[in-house]
Amino acid sequence: MNLNSYKLSFSIAWVHLVSKPKQTIIAMLGVTFGIGMFIALVSLMTGLNDFTEEITMTSSPDIHIYHDITEKRSSILEQLNPQGLNWVHHQKPKNETLRLRNASQIIDLIRKDDRMIGVAPTLSSQVFYNYGSVQLNGVILGVEILEEDKLFDLQSKMKEGRLEDLLSYHEGIIMGSGIAKKLNIKKGDRVVITTPQGFTKTLKVVGIFQIGIGTVDNVRSYANISMVQTILQQDQAYITDINIKVKDRHQAKEIAKELQAKFIYKSEDWETANATMLTGSNVRNIITYAVSFTLLVVAGFGIYNILNMTIYNKMKDIAILKAMGFAGKDVRTIFMIQSLAIGLVGGLIGLLVGFILSYMIAQVPFDGGDIINLEHFPVNFKSKYYVIGIIFGVTTTAIAGYMPSRKAARIDPIEILRGQ
Amino acid sequence: MTTQSPYVLRTQGVTKYFYDPEKFQVLKNINLTVNRGEFLSLVGKSGCGKSTLMYVLSTMDTDYEGELEIAGERLTGKKQNELAQFRNNHIGFVFQFHYLLPEFTVLQNVMIPALKLGKYSNSEIEHRAIEKLTLLGMQEFAHKRTNKLSGGQQQRVAIARALINDPDIIMGDEPTGNLDSYNSNIVFDIFRELTSAYKQTIIAVTHDDEFAKKTDRVVVMSDGKITTN
Repeated sequence: MNLNSYKLSFSIAWVHLVSKPKQTIIAMLGVTFGIGMFIALVSLMTGLNDFTEEITMTSSPDIHIYHDITEKRSSILEQLNPQGLNWVHHQKPKNETLRLRNASQIIDLIRKDDRMIGVAPTLSSQVFYNYGSVQLNGVILGVEILEEDKLFDLQSKMKEGRLEDLLSYHEGIIMGSGIAKKLNIKKGDRVVITTPQGFTKTLKVVGIFQIGIGTVDNVRSYANISMVQTILQQDQAYITDINIKVKDRHQAKEIAKELQAKFIYKSEDWETANATMLTGSNVRNIITYAVSFTLLVVAGFGIYNILNMTIYNKMKDIAILKAMGFAGKDVRTIFMIQSLAIGLVGGLIGLLVGFILSYMIAQVPFDGGDIINLEHFPVNFKSKYYVIGIIFGVTTTAIAGYMPSRKAARIDPIEILRGQ
Repeated sequence: MTTQSPYVLRTQGVTKYFYDPEKFQVLKNINLTVNRGEFLSLVGKSGCGKSTLMYVLSTMDTDYEGELEIAGERLTGKKQNELAQFRNNHIGFVFQFHYLLPEFTVLQNVMIPALKLGKYSNSEIEHRAIEKLTLLGMQEFAHKRTNKLSGGQQQRVAIARALINDPDIIMGDEPTGNLDSYNSNIVFDIFRELTSAYKQTIIAVTHDDEFAKKTDRVVVMSDGKITTN
């Protein structure tokens, strides 16, 4: 088929479309509605997913290495008599320290691995925050604050003060916004902390951070590693956790396994640590695609019906075109062009409608309460979904248009032209 | 007009059956040769098979036995798509009803088969279409919608459309069947002029005896056979 012939098919298709504008517009609206809803849904759902993933990321590292003292250990009996039939009842947890032995060597080794972006040694301890007569339970993390910033982008989470202040002020503390609010503390105030071992220390609040998750902001505060080591009355090598950020988050699982095998200590990747949250994301994705698919199938049926009707009305035209030398495939092209035009134009308008809808959703206020810090619905505007939307729409219309078009191509001109 | 042979169409032993509602032989061993420039009418009683023969000759009906040759090309056994291409190039059709496309203008209707053939540029095709319309006295209606024309005018446009690709044969299935005697005479005169002045070959199925009598050659069919040639 030459170019001219395509042009001709195109102009005939065009005339068919514009000579029945109402029908064409209704068919297009079906696609527009389907795609528009798809875009709006997918933008909101992926927006939510990205948001949960992001807060997951800020609250847990890609890989977390720690000494898991609750992990089942083999009993002395089993160690001495590995071949025998051993039975040990009610084995008590051994009095083990949380310390990671050779932590600095482990950190050096990990730093040399070029799959990693950042490694942050941490030690944590339960503490009581005392301010005036109020006493609150929480956790203090001893960190190298700039390393920690590389992993969790703390800089952007600071509500008051600067991260660097912690470096210059050894007896400083950066506090979660939740605790600060409950204790009614402001930057520059002093807070007394007490460890379970009974050690007490007064620290100056140099900054306040807000990550956006209540469970973190209400309990956590950061101090210098050496400070926390002092509070815990431990030596300079005492480290309880190593947090790692890797270049490709999706490799974290394998890298974690590798690290666990190498260093014996438990290493947990972010997917395992946040399995429940990620299940929620998957469910949302399934719902989004199921609903959008249904909408588009309905639009597809609309196009199928309208094309069928057009073809029924154009029976005579098709017959004379075939008599004059249009092959079956030329006739099919004419009707496929119509359905694809409906799909493409309806789809593009749908993208616009979807964009406007998502924009409007993004303006709706959303009160996350204490748990998450959100002012509006999180909405995604990634172009990827717009591309998926238009491909989805055009494919549906192509399939819906193919069946009637094939029927048109098979019309036997003789039956219609024999004017009896 | 590529071939030099005196005949433009020839059939050998064309036989055809209808299977519905029961097996019935509608064409019986038809041997027909049509010469270039001949104005032939195909007549016979209703149900004698004249229309069926016409559609076999038109290449649209491929379900027959025997041989069909037009313009020196053997058409029996060719594929539908090749036959469509062949019709576009070599055969013009005029039916009882005009079958013009209602959404297009007169000029566009005449141009469509030529645009499909793609032998000439668009401006040349338009020029040729105007020429054909002028030949039929329809040039002043070129930019009108076809549904604004009278029956006779529509049929003349259909003839212009049949002529646009300079076909070897024009086939007519009751071309005057839907027209009053005045318009029938106009159509006949046009056919007459085309055959005498332009050596156009025309085969027309008709039950109009007046019409048939005036043609060069009358082929009478009865019970699927040619009785008078």
